[in-house]
Amino acid sequence: MMRSDTLLLLLCCCVWPAASLPAADGDAIQFNRDIRRLLFDRCVACHGPDARERQADLRLDIEEEAKTSAIVPGNPTESEFIRRITSDDPAERMPPETSGKTLNAEEIDLLTRWVAAGAAWQPHWAFLTPVRPPIPEIDDPRGVKNGIDDFVRAPLAQQGIAPSPQAAPEQLIRRVSFDLTGLPPTIEEIDAFVLDHSPEAYESLVDRLLASPRYGEHLAAGWMQAARFADSNGFQNDFRREQWPWRDWVINAFNNNMPFDQFVLEQLAGDLLPNPTRDQLVATGFNRNNRTVTEAGSIDEEWRVENNVDRVETTCTVFLGLTMGCSRCHDHKYDPLTQKDFYRFFGFFDALDEKGVYTETRGNVPPLVALPTPENEERLQEFNRQIAAADATLNALAQAAMDRLFFIGDIPLKSAPEPTIAFPFLETLTPGAGSETATYPAGEPTFVEGLLGPSLVLDGTENSHVTLTGIASPDRSTPFAYSLWVRPDGRNSAILGQMEDGGQSRGWDTLLLKDGRLKVHLIHQYPQNSLEATTKTTLPNGEWSHITVSYDGSSKAAGVAISINGKPAEIEVGNDQLTDSFAVDLPLRLGRRSEMFFKGAMSHFAWFDRALTSDEILAWIQHDLGRAAQNNVPEWSEARQNMFKKFLIAVDEGELQAAQAQLDTLRKERADYDAAIPTVMIMKDRAEPRPTYRLDRGAYDDPDTSEQLTPAVPTVFAPMPAEYGPNRLALAHWIIDRQNPLTARVQVNRIWQRMFGVGIVKSSENFGVQADPPSHPELLDWLAVEFMESGWNLKQLQKLIVMSATYQQSSDATPAAVQADPENRLLARGPRLRLSAETVRDNALAISGLLTEKLGGPSVKPYQPAGLWEELQGGANEGPYVLSEGENLYRRSLYTNRKRTVPHTTMSTFDAPTYEYCTVKRSTTNTPLQALALLNDVTYLEAARKLAERMIVEGGADAASRVTLGFRLATGRRPAEEELDILTRGLNAYLQQFDGDESAATAVLAQGASDPNAALPRAKLAAYTTLAGILLNLDEAIIKP
Amino acid sequence: MDPLQFTQLTNRRTFLHNGGVGLGATALSMLLTQSTAHAAPAGAGLPGLPHFPPTAKRVIYLFQSGAPSQFETFDYKPQLVPLRKTDLPDSVRMGQRLTGMTAFQKAFPVAPSIYNFQQHGASGAWISELLPHTAQIVDDIAIVRSVHTEAINHDPAITFIQTGSQIAGRPSMGAWVAYGLGTMNADLPTFVTLISRPEGSPGCQPLYDRLWGSGFLPSRYQGVKLRSGNDPVLYLKTPDGYSPETRRRMLDDIAALNRLTFERSADPEVLTRIEQYELAFRMQSAVPELTEIENEPKHVLEKYGPDVDRPGSYARNCLLARRLIERDVRFVQLYHMGWDHHGDLPDRMKKQCAATDQPSAALLNDLKERGLLQDTLIIWGGEFGRTVYSQGTLTETNYGRDHHPRCFSVWLAGGGVQGGVTHGETDDFSYNVVTDPVHIHDLNATVLHCLGIDHKRLTVKNQGLDVGLTGVEEHHPVHGILS
Repeated sequence: MMRSDTLLLLLCCCVWPAASLPAADGDAIQFNRDIRRLLFDRCVACHGPDARERQADLRLDIEEEAKTSAIVPGNPTESEFIRRITSDDPAERMPPETSGKTLNAEEIDLLTRWVAAGAAWQPHWAFLTPVRPPIPEIDDPRGVKNGIDDFVRAPLAQQGIAPSPQAAPEQLIRRVSFDLTGLPPTIEEIDAFVLDHSPEAYESLVDRLLASPRYGEHLAAGWMQAARFADSNGFQNDFRREQWPWRDWVINAFNNNMPFDQFVLEQLAGDLLPNPTRDQLVATGFNRNNRTVTEAGSIDEEWRVENNVDRVETTCTVFLGLTMGCSRCHDHKYDPLTQKDFYRFFGFFDALDEKGVYTETRGNVPPLVALPTPENEERLQEFNRQIAAADATLNALAQAAMDRLFFIGDIPLKSAPEPTIAFPFLETLTPGAGSETATYPAGEPTFVEGLLGPSLVLDGTENSHVTLTGIASPDRSTPFAYSLWVRPDGRNSAILGQMEDGGQSRGWDTLLLKDGRLKVHLIHQYPQNSLEATTKTTLPNGEWSHITVSYDGSSKAAGVAISINGKPAEIEVGNDQLTDSFAVDLPLRLGRRSEMFFKGAMSHFAWFDRALTSDEILAWIQHDLGRAAQNNVPEWSEARQNMFKKFLIAVDEGELQAAQAQLDTLRKERADYDAAIPTVMIMKDRAEPRPTYRLDRGAYDDPDTSEQLTPAVPTVFAPMPAEYGPNRLALAHWIIDRQNPLTARVQVNRIWQRMFGVGIVKSSENFGVQADPPSHPELLDWLAVEFMESGWNLKQLQKLIVMSATYQQSSDATPAAVQADPENRLLARGPRLRLSAETVRDNALAISGLLTEKLGGPSVKPYQPAGLWEELQGGANEGPYVLSEGENLYRRSLYTNRKRTVPHTTMSTFDAPTYEYCTVKRSTTNTPLQALALLNDVTYLEAARKLAERMIVEGGADAASRVTLGFRLATGRRPAEEELDILTRGLNAYLQQFDGDESAATAVLAQGASDPNAALPRAKLAAYTTLAGILLNLDEAIIKP
Repeated sequence: MDPLQFTQLTNRRTFLHNGGVGLGATALSMLLTQSTAHAAPAGAGLPGLPHFPPTAKRVIYLFQSGAPSQFETFDYKPQLVPLRKTDLPDSVRMGQRLTGMTAFQKAFPVAPSIYNFQQHGASGAWISELLPHTAQIVDDIAIVRSVHTEAINHDPAITFIQTGSQIAGRPSMGAWVAYGLGTMNADLPTFVTLISRPEGSPGCQPLYDRLWGSGFLPSRYQGVKLRSGNDPVLYLKTPDGYSPETRRRMLDDIAALNRLTFERSADPEVLTRIEQYELAFRMQSAVPELTEIENEPKHVLEKYGPDVDRPGSYARNCLLARRLIERDVRFVQLYHMGWDHHGDLPDRMKKQCAATDQPSAALLNDLKERGLLQDTLIIWGGEFGRTVYSQGTLTETNYGRDHHPRCFSVWLAGGGVQGGVTHGETDDFSYNVVTDPVHIHDLNATVLHCLGIDHKRLTVKNQGLDVGLTGVEEHHPVHGILS
């Protein structure tokens, strides 16, 4: 799938290396096996594709260029290359000391011999489309089960190494069960398999395992790690997100054996498929699993770029085994990937309709898709019907009330308070003069139709306010109140003020803050001697509202009541130190306080020389409404009538309010119900893609706008199919093209790595030129072709591997064999590997009978020591880690909540990654912290007790048979005599110890949320629990044999 | 052998077989150290390390999380007083980016420190009145006022200073050191993390496991968090009901059975596991012995201040840092939260300094008295600086400061660092560095240099690149502060 010119060049010398071990004496030197990595590791950083770093204009990564000057094939002495690597002069010697790289004598000798032998080049094998190699002939085909074995045995035979015999049935069923389902076989399954001597026994076992729902879960755990799936956003406060529906999609896809090409297509571009199904949208969550920033003050574009960089790196690593991230800042140092290649690839994600910095207030951030079940949909429809009915009822009632008001003049008045003075702002206002007590300073006042009638318009400028001279300033012990109708047109303004313009700001006011809250000041001297009351609710912009401020003369902020539409607002108290007068000898100004003005309309100001109760406030609003309704309601606009009804409802205390309450309740129930329906973050492109540019040195704020880039795959490969347009869909089709040299090889290798611990290519994350050479190159290609030709059938691929004699070999070995091939790269024995973090725990739960076998759903929180989240969290946080209850304590570990900044503790102790970024290979460490976890974590202490109960209840009458059952559950095999002896002697000692120590026994049994079997004597159960603890800590209990 | 290839390399024979190149050899030495812990707890890191004779064997990093203001601590700017409330000149800001928290602020009023500075010690270094105890150790510390970083928000900035990259995935500094130099005390973790936060202050910035994580190095190199509760290392405590004899017998039985497994499988991992169980057992006594401070003399406790009585306080953690260093733990990483003062800075800064100033100075003095300072490196500092202009309203007594990556102050002391030095200079607004800029990578290269490590040569092949702590650009240790 390379460009044709490159392809030609490569095809003429396409020779596969025969083995991976270094060239022994007499063995012909092979470029890919022996030379490539020396050249690329030591030389190509300065003499390679990276133009910026290139020295002496020399390239050693391209055969033609290397041979035009530095390398003279067949003639080391004439080759500058050899002269420089052997020079004694530090100034000439290559690689230079400053590079930190050296060549030792053996390596220099190898390079010299290679040049002497003609400096034969080979193309990078992984960039050539795999072709099915012929199965090699081997002399001794005994025991060969399928093609894999021929490929493995050919080099073994060359080296005179015999393969290991077939594993014992107990070992084999344990190995294949772990590999295909991540769980141990049950005793019954072991017994049945051991006793089944039919030739199909193993194959039917394999088929049964592949059909198990546990298969999809186990395979998904690996895919989730590669796809950096987690339940939190991963930066700073690390808030929860809800991406598990994507995880369930993966599990189901594996269980249904979705062809791998379809699996890739839907995850990368499901949204771009014609009429995508909801599942296909969910699949695209793959590229929304990345970490996302929510930190306040972060810069959108910076993090939009980082999100896309992560998508490029993850997509390239997972599907192509390419380390594309190296090209973000400059051309790749080793691979033929340029910086422009990187940004063309980056362009696939530039179209995503995404804001770079995510919000902290919600778990999931658009684009997303909601995932209601059919029942959910039905219930939502039901809500809609109920809401429509309630709304109609309310409307009818409100209409009737308004009709009564208008036609009958039936004002449901309580006794309205008597205002001291009222200003309806009707025709009485004239500029400069006005009424005796209200003055409009300049120009011609304008009026609009308001809710109650003509309303004064203020335009937010200095001269647009009303001066009320008739109202003497209240003081701190003077109760007062006012009522006003306002329709603000913008915020950050003054409703009114009676205050000094400068000085100590003495006086009082009401402000409309920029967030829409109302604030009242009473000030003797600001801020020391003043009080402040601010509403927590806000005034809607552009709509009519009624406000009341009432002060009880107490000199306390608590004495200030602010009502919006008759509803007392919750008040936040600011300064609350008023000990002197706030009275001023100034008029009250509506629409102005010092240099703040009001923009919008006002009407019906009323002033009271006393405080108002909330009943009185309602009555006063009713009074205002009632008076207004006497004026030609039928001529009112519909909008005004509707608004009027709204207020009628707001001040009603009878059936209108009840109907409104009913409607509110339904709406809230629907919203709550809707919010509980899971969503998943998905890919969705903008209508207009963003232009893509190369970012200089990878910096988000330094695009090279001289050239706009079109999304594309790296130019070293053949281009994408043309029929889809330059987008993710084309990328996905290119990745799953049968000619793509990488996709199948990379996946086959990763499956191999799952089974054998090490891939055929050890650097499973990197198939670029720096990749480790494959241990069995023909096998890799044969498997890749098999995989593609099977229709990308993952179950079939795994079946092929586990059906091979190679896989079925015993893993018991001799020290000499281990020493000869410590990593088992030659595959002369079966794999023996520590279980993954997930499987260590799942195994303990399974054999103790605690495991909940339930597929999918929200992630769960199993045991974790208290306080781990709290220790690290900041002011904004999710609260503590709250343990799940009941069966959710014992779900498989792939369902364990993944908080990226505080990974689950025992998971990371056993080498699970943090899921912050794509990981396709884990380290496997062996540490004291693992020992402490298995010995002392409640997970294993409780599992030990449940295992002990099984031993006693199911294990027969005598100690030996009970111990045997426990041992079999823990290791999958029967104990040898010596092992049984150690265990039973131990058991006796523990029985003695707990027999006389009731409190110790009680403490041992108290671990975990489950209840101990009360039918069993406590001392006995404690002793068996101790023994079971030993079993769970055995090496064999945490390895796949 | 490619150092990338860790996966299966945790067994002794692998290491022996591969004979001393790359990671195999490292892992080998880790293992050898572990297996011979009783006899010889010394040394064993990567072959060839240290690259040159170190001036420090151990490190204590006193990380002040949230980013303390340089204006109220070490960067004395009397020139700002007459400029109070004036707008920060554009010629200084030069269009540099601001965080989204102040980018839309209409004015950038200059806010001089309301705290006074005085010169101290023979070196005459200027120190704020908020740090009276630090003022007494100025002749032992090197103050670097010209540190600058690339990130402007907390998470990427802390990740950058601790791992050399703003994005997760790289090993932390302590993990690099543990990987490169190995352990000196096999009964305790090589790399220990301690966390404290101001009492009763919930408004801190969070921390993240990745800050002491191992990135792409094997997880055994990650920092072990020492907690303040009764289980200082997770799962350390033998659960109730198991007597010491029972637990010992369990371990013996596990070992005996595992030995039989080894005989059959010949898998060297089994032997390693047997050793790890023994090491775990030893940790169970070594860690409590470390964290129980009852035997510390009163006069020593008093040095650290009254907070030392509160487990989990910064003062207690400083004392524990000394006890860890005494036991030859290689890298001790403290974090103290609560330095993010966007508002009410004067008051919060005062409290924050009061809680940390005395313990930091006490730790240095305590190490010095015990002869440990000479080969222990101490670093004090946060993730970035703070702005000269006030975030929010500037009043006579109150102001806030936003994040400022372009300069901030850090001090170093101990093994290899010259005391009484003030290095680097910022402009009158402490906005830009004027002389001797010190990039985070330079600072980190300095730490490695003191440990005898050439920062350019401690790298691991990751994703096809040689990755180290200090990035790919040219960076150098700060020789101006080294003795």
